Amino acid sequence: MTLTNMPMGSDSSQTPPAQLLRREDFPQLLHALKKLGYQTLGPVVSQGAIQWKEIATPEDFPIGWKDRQEPGSYRLVPDPSPRFFNIVHGPESLKPLTFAPRETLLVLDRQDHTFSAKEIQPDTTPTAVLGVRACDLAGLGIQDQIFLHGTYPDPYYQQRRESLFLIAVNCTKAHSTCFCASMETGPKAQQGIDLSLTEADEDFLIEAGSAKGLKVLKQLTCAIASAERIKEDEERMAACAASQTRSLTKPNLPAALYEAHDHPRWDQVAARCLSCTNCTMVCPTCFCHGVEETPSLNFQQSEHTRVWDSCFTPDHGYIHGKNFRPTTKDRYRMWLTHKLASWIDQFGTSGCVGCGRCITWCPVGIDLTEEVHSLCKSTQ
Amino acid sequence: MVETHISPNRKQPRVAVVKFASCDGCQLSILNLEDDLLALGAAIDIAYFPEASSNMQEGPYDIAFVEGSITCPEDLPRILELRQQTTTLITIGACATSGGIQALRNWSDIAAFKQMVYPNPEYIQSLSTSTPISEHVTVNFELWGCPIDKQQLLRVITDLLQEVKPRIPIHSVCLDCKRQGHVCVLVAKGLPCLGPVTRTGCGAICPSMGRDCYGCFGPAEHDSVHPPGVPPNTTSLANQFHQHLQLIPVEMVRRFRGINGSVQSFSKESHAWEPKK
Repeated sequence: MTLTNMPMGSDSSQTPPAQLLRREDFPQLLHALKKLGYQTLGPVVSQGAIQWKEIATPEDFPIGWKDRQEPGSYRLVPDPSPRFFNIVHGPESLKPLTFAPRETLLVLDRQDHTFSAKEIQPDTTPTAVLGVRACDLAGLGIQDQIFLHGTYPDPYYQQRRESLFLIAVNCTKAHSTCFCASMETGPKAQQGIDLSLTEADEDFLIEAGSAKGLKVLKQLTCAIASAERIKEDEERMAACAASQTRSLTKPNLPAALYEAHDHPRWDQVAARCLSCTNCTMVCPTCFCHGVEETPSLNFQQSEHTRVWDSCFTPDHGYIHGKNFRPTTKDRYRMWLTHKLASWIDQFGTSGCVGCGRCITWCPVGIDLTEEVHSLCKSTQ
Repeated sequence: MVETHISPNRKQPRVAVVKFASCDGCQLSILNLEDDLLALGAAIDIAYFPEASSNMQEGPYDIAFVEGSITCPEDLPRILELRQQTTTLITIGACATSGGIQALRNWSDIAAFKQMVYPNPEYIQSLSTSTPISEHVTVNFELWGCPIDKQQLLRVITDLLQEVKPRIPIHSVCLDCKRQGHVCVLVAKGLPCLGPVTRTGCGAICPSMGRDCYGCFGPAEHDSVHPPGVPPNTTSLANQFHQHLQLIPVEMVRRFRGINGSVQSFSKESHAWEPKK
């Protein structure tokens, strides 16, 4: 089966019109998902941010909060808005739900002169994710390409991916760190959606993006949305795009970065970079992983475990006897050049979706858009 | 009875666990291996471990785990002798590896301390500094932490039994913190977390409790035994603490002068924030 969500199908020849779901009827959606056997995850206040956690009732949403994001800083602050999705995003994209940060793949057992390998299957409870942003979906699309569309699809990723039911929320406000508009990934959710929502104070514009989504939508008490309302929401999204202050100039990108290989700016950013890996951990597209082998003390068993890795660790560039990226400058240059330039050569798209997480969650607030602008300026 | 299946030809290495100036917490980490203790006892011959047994056998030893720092005159001949008796010498914990919390004396007047604490300070034989084992003898492997991590210890023993070079990660705490799904306490709470410049191994215990890391595993990528990686960028992190988290210079000195305050990159950073004379 294909993993891009199935289109509506020929039986529903015309796209169903957008509907309006009143805020007080929102529990119907939670109920419908539960009836279909999904566990429902959504944004929940956790550890001073939001994380994907179980949503049982609308009270679980972070109502009364908004997020304030700046380079190197994230704060939740009280806000009188009644909205469920008033917080734009937290550190987690969809990545941890599909590409597990740590998972045992195999357990090897020794028997006399041979061994057996037991495959460990991932937990694939059908999961509905409520409140997925356009940038998260774009990131998921890129990870699908890496883990599924190559010669050897990754079965662990695939099983988790197939268990997801994705409910997007279109963005109507952006942070100073957001630049999805310039990456053409948002603010409107574009790909791989089962349902999409555009939230207003009183209600939600709700649209189906797949046959699965339509099935859920049909169970809800909705009214047909007026043309004015649809236009109004489009305008709010356009305003959100226009409000974004950061951008990446794509047209010169791969070449400009290759040409900047010896630019003095790399030394300046290396003087600030901690090589701590945080940017790569929060990035929705970074896919580096390592495999650890953990033998038992009696050498009868060994666990073969995949873990998130990062091109900022000393081991990442280590081959036998030699580290070919020994300095932070080497590592930062490798990361940025791969993300924005050689990624295009490798996969045909940029590795950046413009979510701005690497800017917010860098402990010292390094801003990749600022770095790119400086690197693309001539030094003469 | 524990089945070990280790080939009968495999020689059990003779192991010593030796203490210098320390709190014994790292030795307790060995005894706290609980589930693995019986298998461990079957795999190695514990020849000398006063914390665990009064049967203290003389050397030579294949492996010695050394806890504690050098703080007294009589420590010096003792560590030299142990080195001569030992094939593979491994330091366990911050004290043995970097001088430990007691190395704070390196910035103070030890004679004044003695005067203050003891009625007859002339009886106290104490060096003016606390120094790591590697300043006195060759160390073959270092286990950092206050205390060490049980799983790292077990891994090193497992690797030595297999006669492979032990390898433990030397990257920052952040990578393991994020693998575990913790939200960054520095970015989301403004806490002066040392995680970005601290070596992994603890399992990100403090951030998992909403606290800031205080560097008890020492500097990331730093290792006085194996070729170093990049010295951690303490300067950039310290500037962030000062400019954005409003830490004043005396707080910066204390932040970097803690359990591993004597190790080069942390000590250099704390010096940089001392009031200029």
